[in-house]
Amino acid sequence: MSFPDPIAVFRTEAAELLEQIEGGLLDLNVDLGNKDQIDAVFRGLHTLKGSGAMFGFDALAAFTHHCETAFDRVRKGEVPATQALVSAVLEAMDHMRTLVETPAGDHDAVSEALLAKLRSAVVMASGAPLATTTTSAPPVTCYTVRFSLPQNAMANGTNPLGLLDELRELGDCRVIADRSAIPTLDALEPTDLYLSWTVELETEEPRSAIDDVFIFVMDEMQLEVSKARPSIEQPKDPDQQESAAGEPLQPAFAATRAVSAATPALVDAKAAKAAENVRVPAERLDELMDRVGELVIAQSRLSQLAGGSGDLQLRAVSEDVERLSGELRDTMMVLRMVPVAQLFGRFRRLVHDLAHETGKSIELVTEGETTEVDKSVIERLADPMVHLVRNSCDHGLEPADERIAAGKPQAGRIFLSARQQAGEVIITIKDDGRGINKERVRAKAEASGLIAANQSLTDQELYQLIFQPGFSTAQEVTNLSGRGVGMDVVKRTIDALRGAINVISRPGEGSEISLAIPLTLAIIDGLLVRVGTGRYVIPLSAVEECLELSVEEDMRSRGRSFISLRDSLVPFIRLRDLFRTGTAPDPFQKVVVISTGAERVGLVVDQIIGDHQTVIKSMSKLHHDVGTFSGATILGDGDVALILDVGHLVAEGQQQEAHLRAAG
Amino acid sequence: MSEAARAIPDTVWEGREEIEVVTFDIAGEVFALQAAAVQEILDLLPETTVPGARAFVGSVINFRGKVIPLADIRLAFGMEATQPTIDSRIIVIELEIDGEPTLTGIRTDKVHEVTTLSRTAGEPPPSVGMRWRPDFIDCLVKRGSDFIIVPNLQAIFSANHAQRQTGSSTT
Repeated sequence: MSFPDPIAVFRTEAAELLEQIEGGLLDLNVDLGNKDQIDAVFRGLHTLKGSGAMFGFDALAAFTHHCETAFDRVRKGEVPATQALVSAVLEAMDHMRTLVETPAGDHDAVSEALLAKLRSAVVMASGAPLATTTTSAPPVTCYTVRFSLPQNAMANGTNPLGLLDELRELGDCRVIADRSAIPTLDALEPTDLYLSWTVELETEEPRSAIDDVFIFVMDEMQLEVSKARPSIEQPKDPDQQESAAGEPLQPAFAATRAVSAATPALVDAKAAKAAENVRVPAERLDELMDRVGELVIAQSRLSQLAGGSGDLQLRAVSEDVERLSGELRDTMMVLRMVPVAQLFGRFRRLVHDLAHETGKSIELVTEGETTEVDKSVIERLADPMVHLVRNSCDHGLEPADERIAAGKPQAGRIFLSARQQAGEVIITIKDDGRGINKERVRAKAEASGLIAANQSLTDQELYQLIFQPGFSTAQEVTNLSGRGVGMDVVKRTIDALRGAINVISRPGEGSEISLAIPLTLAIIDGLLVRVGTGRYVIPLSAVEECLELSVEEDMRSRGRSFISLRDSLVPFIRLRDLFRTGTAPDPFQKVVVISTGAERVGLVVDQIIGDHQTVIKSMSKLHHDVGTFSGATILGDGDVALILDVGHLVAEGQQQEAHLRAAG
Repeated sequence: MSEAARAIPDTVWEGREEIEVVTFDIAGEVFALQAAAVQEILDLLPETTVPGARAFVGSVINFRGKVIPLADIRLAFGMEATQPTIDSRIIVIELEIDGEPTLTGIRTDKVHEVTTLSRTAGEPPPSVGMRWRPDFIDCLVKRGSDFIIVPNLQAIFSANHAQRQTGSSTT
């Protein structure tokens, strides 16, 4: 495998940093005085600036520098954090994203405009003209700074020269390097750092400014800062010197000492902690998943062989392998799981922006962020969820005055929740707005010919219409909802994930859209059935029940293809006819009732073989035109079985039903 | 000159004078495929029919834990399928379909050998007098009194792909 492109690595890192900063800013927006968040944002900006410059993203580094400076002042308490300032930095962050993606473009004008906004936000926040703060020049103090970095510091990307430069920015410096640790030439490792430094610094800045220089290497280094005698050229007020040399410095100094003594242990602990998290490219995980899938297949062949032979030792080994491969599979699944928090995090910003754009005040409540889902599912869920949340904010929530008139709290609520439920994760997007206007949906559907006039539909069927391609309640389209994916794309993505959409809406109280998604995309529980001579897998999560198709029922149902199931008529599809098997049907055929959401369809099969751990293999592009199957799997005996696409079959069954209803 | 250059696309020779190929029989004709593209030659495997798929790629096989389509070139040329014999083999090749490298099995009647074809013996397919569609053939290479056919798999697969996609909307 090739070494990863450093630029790509930086981009991933920058994206993560930006996400962190954004999270910090949004938290800050709620709790403006939160010092921890201010520090976190500042650190994020600083790191972004530093690594940006290191990888040659100069425009990004320069731009970020200004934001960092602004935040530095907030951090030092010179300027209070205000919402205007947070908003300005949030906007600036979007620009940083652009700078990360297309560093070569011409961004000067945008940068300048954003910085102007930022500056005015800072001035507004400080409340008073800045000039007043610098009326009295702080006295000059002289420090002796001794520091040494760990031997591998340069290999880890720390540049000691940069640190020295930053010290020089604080004031006049005299730098003395301690070369005593340099080994003889044959023992010298060119990438290792053997020097330590003593710096005599005269500065107007407070002592914390020195600590700030080392803020990012603090944990791994040894630093001693002491107040030195003022140099002869600059005599000082003796009173001040005495007070400065006494009380306040002592504890800090002692603390530094304690830290430096404890350093080796700390470094070890830190290294161990870092080793606990390993960043692995997703494709390697996919490869591993493939291997595990093959192992599961090989193992089921082995158990078949072992089961057929009388060799007890072979059976014992086979059982061991079965247990191990089962555990391996479970472990593998967990590896790919990430908490939904990652997904929900993105919506805080979205809702923040939407609130601004619509002028509504919107509150986002999330629940169940620790629920874990397969990483690829998370990635593919992002787009449809953005659309659903936009829809809720834009169409669902009423403007403030309307809400108050309806006796609701002024701020609208968007509620995101995730929970696990029997092999599926249910993600719910709920709002407390006006709900879906059924009459309007019906009118629209009738006008566009999706349903016949006065066709009787259940509420669920009616709601599902909004996911039809080309369906849009046109009079409501705004600049918010016109963008990005349409509801039909939501439906398509969820279908592709083998999930289901369920809509609940109460007029005046709000609507709730639940997405039920299988936990993983790679392995599912399936029901293995036989149709003619072919074997097929039906995803078990879609199976409601299995029953026998009695001869009478079979005869009676000829020509109309309905069975009555507890007083409701369920359309069914004879897979033998659909697949043109050309063999005689078994005397006792079975019906497997499958469902997506509220719609049910029966599938007539010749035999139900049993449940089967199904490792899903995708079909090649040459078979993409065959809608009946969503994939294939390899059975214990090495044969290939096709996996039925439940959504497709249900749609087909419903069509058949509609057809027959229209005819009858 | 320009005629010949058009008819023998350089995708076969890629500037080389000689290429290594695997030769095999389909319906009494000798075909050749670049050896480098061939992944493996397999004995016949149990096939799984894909109901509703085109006859040309009517089934899938299990190739080392991967599910790959099995194509019958005969059907692409509009000929009848035949029963497999003891000599029948599957050649697994990697092919680009819609920009995605795809492993595909090809049914053959018999696989001969790995041999070298030289560019000088190559000829463009004649536009008349062939029972194969000329645009499905890259070139003919003379050997002894016979010709070896170098098929244009890209054209065969993409034509069948496109044909089905336009055809499926009418069914």
